[in-house]
Amino acid sequence: MSVAAETLDAVQSVTESGYKWGFETNIEMDLAPKGLNEDIIRLISERKEEPSWMLDWRLKAYAAWLKMEEPEWARVDHPPIDYQDLHYYAAPKKKNGPKSLDEVDPELLKMYEKLGIPLKERAILAGVDPDEVEERQIAVDAVFDSVSVATTFQETLKKSGVIFCPISEAVRNHPDLVKQYIGSVVPIGDNYFAALNSAVFTDGSFVYIPKGVRCPMELSTYFRINARNTGQFERTLIIAEAGAHVSYLEGCTAPQRDENQLHAAVVELVAMDDASIKYSTVQNWYPGDADGKGGIYNFVTKRGACRGARSKISWTQVETGSAITWKYPSCVLLGEDSVGEFYSVAVTTNHQQADTGTKMIHIGKGSRSTVVSKGISAGRSNNTYRGLVRMAKTADNARNFTQCDSLLIGAACGAHTVPYIESRNPTAKVEHEATTSKIAEDQLFYCRQRGLSEEDAVNLIVNGFCKDVLKELPMEFAVEAQKLLAVSLEGSVG
Amino acid sequence: MNAVSPPPRPGAAGFLARYESLIGALPGDSALRAAAAAAFRAAGLPGGGPGRRIEAWKYTALRPLADMLFAPAQAPDIAEPPTLAGAAAKVVFVNGAYRAAMSAPPAFFARFADRPDFGTLSWPDREPMTALNTMLAADGMTLDIPANTDGGTVHLASIGVGPTAFHPRHLVRLAPGASLTLLETANGTGPYLHNPVTEIHVGAGARLIHVRLQNEDIAAFGLSTLYADIAEHGTYDSFSLNLGGRIARAEIRATLSGPHATAHLNAAQLLTGTQHSDFTTVVRHAEPHGASRQTVKNVLAGQSRGVFQGRIEVARDAQKTDGYQMNQALLLSPDAEMDCKPELEIFADDVKCSHGATIGALDADQIFYLRSRGVPAAEARAILVRAFLTEAIDAVADDAIRALLEAGIAGWWDNQAA
Repeated sequence: MSVAAETLDAVQSVTESGYKWGFETNIEMDLAPKGLNEDIIRLISERKEEPSWMLDWRLKAYAAWLKMEEPEWARVDHPPIDYQDLHYYAAPKKKNGPKSLDEVDPELLKMYEKLGIPLKERAILAGVDPDEVEERQIAVDAVFDSVSVATTFQETLKKSGVIFCPISEAVRNHPDLVKQYIGSVVPIGDNYFAALNSAVFTDGSFVYIPKGVRCPMELSTYFRINARNTGQFERTLIIAEAGAHVSYLEGCTAPQRDENQLHAAVVELVAMDDASIKYSTVQNWYPGDADGKGGIYNFVTKRGACRGARSKISWTQVETGSAITWKYPSCVLLGEDSVGEFYSVAVTTNHQQADTGTKMIHIGKGSRSTVVSKGISAGRSNNTYRGLVRMAKTADNARNFTQCDSLLIGAACGAHTVPYIESRNPTAKVEHEATTSKIAEDQLFYCRQRGLSEEDAVNLIVNGFCKDVLKELPMEFAVEAQKLLAVSLEGSVG
Repeated sequence: MNAVSPPPRPGAAGFLARYESLIGALPGDSALRAAAAAAFRAAGLPGGGPGRRIEAWKYTALRPLADMLFAPAQAPDIAEPPTLAGAAAKVVFVNGAYRAAMSAPPAFFARFADRPDFGTLSWPDREPMTALNTMLAADGMTLDIPANTDGGTVHLASIGVGPTAFHPRHLVRLAPGASLTLLETANGTGPYLHNPVTEIHVGAGARLIHVRLQNEDIAAFGLSTLYADIAEHGTYDSFSLNLGGRIARAEIRATLSGPHATAHLNAAQLLTGTQHSDFTTVVRHAEPHGASRQTVKNVLAGQSRGVFQGRIEVARDAQKTDGYQMNQALLLSPDAEMDCKPELEIFADDVKCSHGATIGALDADQIFYLRSRGVPAAEARAILVRAFLTEAIDAVADDAIRALLEAGIAGWWDNQAA
C-alpha cells in the first residue's frame, strides 16, 4: 500500500472516530431574536451598556455593510449565508456576576477542564520558586460565547499598568483609548465581514501596554462557540505604547454540531516606537464531519499597524480546524525599520477549505518582513495561500522574504498559491519562493532504512516541514500545536 | 449601397460600430462573430471604463485605449521589413492585411481571408480581447505542417501604420512528428492597436520553436493572445522579447494535453518612459509527465511598469508533473514599478512545482567591483543588465534569431544611454 493510500486511511479513521472536543454544555442562554437590523444593534449596544458614540459607530458600520457585497474571490465554496437566520447576541445567564472562580458556573468550569484550559490560578511548572511561577503565569480571559465570564490575574497586570479586559468593559472604563484606536487599523468599511463585525461585535479582548512596559505574562484567550445558531463576532484590540512588549495567545475548539456557524472576528494591533506584539493562534474550530457536513465558517480580519520606528508585529498561526477559513493576518509597516512577520501552518483534511495568507504593506524606510507559510492538504480538501507584498514608493531599502511550501497527501486534495508582489521602489528587495510537493520517496526511504516505521517517518517529515513555524510559537502553545497537528493527520503522523 | 458610415466613436462602442458596419462583409462563421460581439459588448475593454473589475486584468487597464479614435485600416506604402538571415519563408502583414508583394510564403501557408478558420481553442466568451478579435478578424496566417515534415523557419512580420486598429487571426498546426521554427516580429509607426489571436496545435512528437520580438511603436497598443495545445511528447518552446508599445500585453494559454508534453514560455521585457507591458501565462498540465519551464526577466527604466502574471495549473490526472517558473525584475529607476503574480493551482499529489520571484535594483557591490576596475558607471550598469538578460536569451538556440534579439536589446540600451 502506498504512503498516500495509508495516509488517507489514517485520516479517515481519525474523522470516523469523531471530533475529540465535540461536546456541548447545557447552560441557559440569553438569546436575542434571530436576524439583523438596527434594532438588534441597538439591543446589543444597550446590553453592553455602551456610550452613544459606540452605538453610532456600530450603526455607521451597519449602513456600510448594507451597501457591500459578500466577497467571492477566495477559493472557497459554500451555500449562501442567510444573515437574517442568525442570532447576533447570546450570553450565558448571569447569576449576579461571579466575583471569583468559586462563583463561576460549574458547568463552564467543567467544560474548560475537559479542554484542558488552565483557568484556575496555579503554578504552571511544579518545583519552580513562586517568583518564577508568577512570571510564567498565563492570564486567561475566557470568552464563553459572547460574554467574558472569568478574568484572572487582573491584579498582577494592574500592578504593571497593563489593561487586559473584555472590550465591552474597556468601552465603558477606557472610552478614550477605545475611541482613539478602534477601527483605526481595520476601518468599518474595510471589507464585508469586518463591517459586519463592527456592527454587531459582542465581545473580545482589550489590551493596553503602557510606555516601556514589558507585559509580565503571556496573555491568552480561549474562544468557544457554544449556542446553536449563534455567530461569534469578537473584536480584539491590542495597543503597545512606545517600548512596550506583549505576547498574546489565542486558541479555540468548538463543540460538534451539524449546522454551519459563522465566525467573523476582527483583531487590530497597534505598535508604537520600539514596541513589539507577538500574536499566536491555534485554531481548531469544528471542521465538519467526514462528508463535509457542518463546521465553522471562519472569516477573520486580522491586521497590525507598526506605527512607530523599530516596532514589530509577529503573527504565528496553526490552523487545523474550521470548515472554511478566510483569514489574512497582515502588517502595515509604517514605521522606519519596522518589522512584520507571518508564520503559518494550515492543515486541511476531508472537505475543509482554507484560503489564508498575509499582506505585508511596506511604507516605512528600512522596513522588513518575513513570511513563512506551510500548507498541508489531505483528503478532499483545498488549501490556498493568498498573500500580498507591497513596496510603496517610500519604502527605501525595505526587504521581504517569502517562503510558501505546500505538501499534498492523497490524490483528491488541492494546494494553491496566489501571491501578489508589487514593488515601486528600486532599493527595496523582494524575494518569493514557493514549492509544492509530496513527501519525497527518498526522505521516506532514508528514514525507513534506519528502522523507523512508515508512520513514524511521515510524522518526522511532516514535523520537519512545519518546524520553521512551530518554533515561533510560545512554549505553552508549541505543545498544543504539535498535538493538534498529530490529531489532524493521525495515523500518518503518529 | 449609399450608406454613410457613422462618425467614428472611441472605445468599445467604436469597435462595435465598426463590426456592425461590416456584418456580412467579413469572412467565415458569422454566427461565431455575432456571439463574440455579444460577449464583447457585455465585457467591454478590460479596465476601459467603470464596471466590474476582471482579476486577469488586475494590473493592466485599457483606459487609454478606450479613449482612442481609430480609422479603418489602410494599405499604406511602407519600406520592406528586414529579412531574417536564413529564413527562406516570409509572411508579411501590413495593418493586419496580407502583403503578397513583400512575402515569400511557404507551401503550407494559407490566408485567413481566403480560408477562414477560427480554430477550436480560443475563449471569445471569457476573454474580451479574443472576443474583439473574433468579431473583427479580417485576415491572418494559417500554417499546416504535414506529419513528419520539417517546416524550416518562417518569419511572420506585422507592420502597423496608425491610427488604425487590426485584429489578425493566426493558426499554426503541426501534424504529428512535424517541426517548425516560427519567428514573429511586430513593429510599426504611430498610434494603432495590434490585437492578434494565435492558435497553435503541436501534434504528437512535434516541435515548434516560437520566438517573438515585439517592438511596436511607442504610441501603439500591442495586445496579443495565444492559445497552444501540446499533444503527447510534443514540445512548444517559446521566447518573447517585449520592447515596444505604449500598453502591451502578451497572454499565452498553453495546455499540455498529452503525456510527456513540454512547454517553455520564456520572456524578457525591457521598458522605459511611461511604457506598460504585461506578460501573462497560464500553463495547464492536463496529463501526466508534463514539464513546463518559464524564466521571465524584466528590466524597467523611467516610469515604466512591468507586469508578470503566471499560473501553473495541474489537473488531477497530471501526476509526475514538473513545473518551474522564475520571474526576476530589475528596477533601474525610482519611478519604475513591477507587479507580479505567480500562481500555483495543484490538484495532483505526485508533482514537483515551484516558482520564485525577485524584485530589486542592480547589486551595488557588483557595480562597485566593475567601477573599481575602471569601468564607467553607465557601462557597468549595461554589463550587469546584459548579464541579467543572458539567462533568458540563452534559451534561444538559433544563432540568427538570437542575434536579432540581441540587436533589439542593444538598441534599447543605446536609447537608454542617449
